[in-house]
Amino acid sequence: MTDAYQPLRKRADGVWAGLHAKPWIRVSTGLQGMAAGAGEVLEALRAELSRQRVDATVSEVGTTGLCYAEPLVDVHVPGTARTLYHNVTPEQVARIVAEHVKAQRPIAEWAHATADGTLEGVPPRGELPMMKGQVRVALRNAGEIDPLSLEQYVARGGFEGLDKALSGMTREQVVQEVRDSGLRGRGGAAFSTGTKWSFLAGNKSPIKYILCNCEEGDPGAFNDKTILETDPFTLVEGCIIAGYATGASNGIVFIRHGHHEPIERTTRAIEACYEAGLLGKNILGTGFSYDMEVSLVGESYVAGEETALMEAVEGKRSMPRFRPPFPAAVGVWGKPSNINNIKTISYVPEIVRQGAKWFAGIGTERSKGTVIACLSGHIKYPGLLEVPCGITMRHLVEVMGGGEPSGKRIKFLQTGGPLGGMLPAAQLDMVLDFDEMSRAGAMFGSGGLIVCNEDTSIVDLTRVLLAFDQMESCGKCFPCRLGTSHLLEILERACDGRSRPTDLDLMDRVGRNMRAGSLCGHGQLGYNPVSSALKAFADEFKAQMSDAGPIPIPPFVGPRSTRRGAQMTGDTPTAQVYPEFVINLQPVTTASQQPTAAG
Amino acid sequence: MTTTSDGVRAKAREAIRNQPYKTHTILSSLLAVQDALGFLPPEGLDEVARHRNTTVNEVWGIASFYPNFRFTAPAKHVVEVCWGPTCHVMGAQPILRGLLQRLGLHAEGDTPDGAVTLKMNTCLGVCAHAPAMSFDHRLAGHMSPQKALAGLEKLRSGDQPAHAGHDGARTASGGAR
Repeated sequence: MTDAYQPLRKRADGVWAGLHAKPWIRVSTGLQGMAAGAGEVLEALRAELSRQRVDATVSEVGTTGLCYAEPLVDVHVPGTARTLYHNVTPEQVARIVAEHVKAQRPIAEWAHATADGTLEGVPPRGELPMMKGQVRVALRNAGEIDPLSLEQYVARGGFEGLDKALSGMTREQVVQEVRDSGLRGRGGAAFSTGTKWSFLAGNKSPIKYILCNCEEGDPGAFNDKTILETDPFTLVEGCIIAGYATGASNGIVFIRHGHHEPIERTTRAIEACYEAGLLGKNILGTGFSYDMEVSLVGESYVAGEETALMEAVEGKRSMPRFRPPFPAAVGVWGKPSNINNIKTISYVPEIVRQGAKWFAGIGTERSKGTVIACLSGHIKYPGLLEVPCGITMRHLVEVMGGGEPSGKRIKFLQTGGPLGGMLPAAQLDMVLDFDEMSRAGAMFGSGGLIVCNEDTSIVDLTRVLLAFDQMESCGKCFPCRLGTSHLLEILERACDGRSRPTDLDLMDRVGRNMRAGSLCGHGQLGYNPVSSALKAFADEFKAQMSDAGPIPIPPFVGPRSTRRGAQMTGDTPTAQVYPEFVINLQPVTTASQQPTAAG
Repeated sequence: MTTTSDGVRAKAREAIRNQPYKTHTILSSLLAVQDALGFLPPEGLDEVARHRNTTVNEVWGIASFYPNFRFTAPAKHVVEVCWGPTCHVMGAQPILRGLLQRLGLHAEGDTPDGAVTLKMNTCLGVCAHAPAMSFDHRLAGHMSPQKALAGLEKLRSGDQPAHAGHDGARTASGGAR
């Protein structure tokens, strides 16, 4: 242990003990909690504590993952069971304060779980259907600590990994440790993290960058944002370790503009680390220096692609670059760079602290450790789960997620985001494993799992995914720009009952061209939703696209994208600001090319 | 807008100078201006170009690429509807159609009276509570067409005032709350 870490740890333990000596109330105020009304509950709680003159600590914590039970209020009062109250309304707060906090009588009828199961009739937290079977590594602090408190993070073992790496391991040993752990990138590509790091470590440039990617434009996935708003220090620590291991000088956390909590909390965590000597010059007195900052990007899905991300960090349009040169040679600002997903980096502190063997002991032969899945859609318990690789999708959805809530049949899962695929219910016994899933055409991607029941039209959902892919195509290369537009047009025709006999073949041809000819993953994978939907539900597609009588699908109102053929109508940003420059061309339409609702 | 061109310029300059992140780029400066003014007026684009020592053309090329930038003053209130796949499956379209009808709009945009901006968001990040919306950047989950219309009325009746700036400039779309 370094001399500098010891006093920090001591201080942290003191703070931790102090927190437990009096009532401590934790309210989940992450994005998920706020959407469920946690803001009003927090306000009511603060007012009630002061009205009833109770001395208690109130902490805003991130999400616990149990999103279905939000707003969640977690009450710890010395001498009583630590109790988790679910779906709390502002009206319930007064009684919770009076009975549990003041009179020390937990309210069993409102309780969802307790920490240890000592309240009669209330299950222990670990026995909840959604919690049983979870292994929390990256989410180990979710709902436990105040995300803005360095001391609380340290009290739970935070920065022990960094301390261990800096005080007792060479750079090469850290890279080797991560490689031995079998950690693979959690952003979608599932490439070995240790191997990726070794590329950057091999470059001797004095300025090198570690980029942590929280663009997370994937609709259906919210795990990156959750980590940043729930436990930003774990990301910061992981990034510093990555910097040490690869000999990098700077870390950049890349976040999409607009998500207030993740941005705010990460920024403040970085500031706290500078103050504590965990960032900056001579970290923990070991001579290692490293700087970190936050970089924001505008709305752009392609900005999550590693070379497009570097363009955005440089403040340009987020369009992918040609490779080679690869980022480890020429990255952001022309310097060698390494890009990892937020989730990947968040595993690093625990891997170093507990060792590669421990991590490699979780999961399957080729997919080590845990994954963070976001369950949403037609599911009883939507939320966030960290589960070991190797469990079946059926267990994840039907047991941990509680299955379809209204008793209908689950038809398929949409996995891997808008470039991912459809996993039909017949394949639910598939084991959660990166390689096995990608072989089945259903990428695990960044962890979004949208459960769709029998009422969901596959053609309709495919259209929505393609509308997204089309809108988000950056436009740099034409196979993607035109391909996504063509696919969307064909799908729109199908939904409107105007399919042409050649449409299925045409989609296949366009899709193959996109895969072969696109510069980045957006175009290369853009046909995935269609191809996997066609594979699993060929009959439904054929029926929808046949003359016999398509099933009516209501028109889809789509966004007005500036990237979407708007030039023809003068409806562009340029037209709004510089009307004098607009040449008023009228859109050309023929009888067979009527503009659709989404066009 | 009640401010003069010079006033807008000064505000944009201040926002660019005080942006909270270490590395200043064209993009970070544009985000700062939009956060401060609620949109990017020509004066703002010009100030970014001066600050970054580049041309307005260059700045414009970047500003027009990201759909979260807007170039006219936003309406008094901003209502966002998530259209991501989860929200779609859970019923975002009926909500959207109901709002469009009530607002007299055909697509996302501003009402002619400048009262409401309706925006389609690709993902508000709260999929567990789909279908999701936001009213003046306050998230709301488990929406229905009825709840959406009720929320809109509440917004318009002034129960929940917009986060107004000093002289009519509003907080940015998706910006600080």
